[in-house]
Amino acid sequence: MTLALNHYLVLAAILFSISIAGIIINRKNLIVLLMSIELMLLAVNLNFIAFSHFLNDLAGQVFVFFILTVAAAEAAIGLAILIVLFRNKQTINMADINEMKG
Amino acid sequence: MTVITAGAVVTARNPVHAALSLVLTFFSSAFIWMLLEAEFLAITLVLVYVGAVMVLFLFVVMMLDINIARIREGFIKFLPVGIALALIMFGLIYYVVSGDQFSLESMAAPVAKAADYSNTKELGMVLYTEYVFAFEIAAVILLVAIIAAISLTLRRRPGTRYQNPSEQMKIQKQDRLRIVKMEAEKK
Repeated sequence: MTLALNHYLVLAAILFSISIAGIIINRKNLIVLLMSIELMLLAVNLNFIAFSHFLNDLAGQVFVFFILTVAAAEAAIGLAILIVLFRNKQTINMADINEMKG
Repeated sequence: MTVITAGAVVTARNPVHAALSLVLTFFSSAFIWMLLEAEFLAITLVLVYVGAVMVLFLFVVMMLDINIARIREGFIKFLPVGIALALIMFGLIYYVVSGDQFSLESMAAPVAKAADYSNTKELGMVLYTEYVFAFEIAAVILLVAIIAAISLTLRRRPGTRYQNPSEQMKIQKQDRLRIVKMEAEKK
């Protein structure tokens, strides 16, 4: 059996749906929210690489490279914000972070 | 394998377990990327994500002591909504991608590359010619991320004592020493 493109696409869809469910379920937990976002980016990257393989085009892999870069930067800044938040408020519970009006 | 571990990420009770399952998810997807002949990106995924980002996550998870019971309180309430939304999302995507336009008949699997084909070399050829500006922008983004992360978490402690070597070197004898002229004492 040869793996067709839609097998990879379905796998990426499953990953993406799981991470959406994770974002909804773990609304209280900022760290798992960040992890779900990473998972989402992974699903998108899988799509990019599958298409790049089946279309014989390297542009998809270049895109994945840049997405990885931006995702790493995003994770670093997100965790830094998380640490500052925890230092100031001693909690990372989403329910307690309601200082802003509006 | 990827799906199971990804499911464990979002349902794990302990954030440390969630992070470790995410590591396993990244590993198994790196293998899938290798199947798709994207060897350089597979290695990059393992090095950058498993090596750097996930270690950062684990650090933060373990550094902050988190009250697990409080965090879990909304879990059951949101579970049906989350699963329903995920199923709807998956159904829609599946409806699109399972059609005939992406099957083997309409998009045949490419012939396997020769043994001396270097994915890294090809990627580098494209990256440094066609996408060189995007590459430089990515470098600037990383620099901004470094500066932002450091400046966010930098903490100034006002009470800390530290040495100032240039001040120490500049000091003169008369700054420290005072010679007092006085009469000799009589026995």
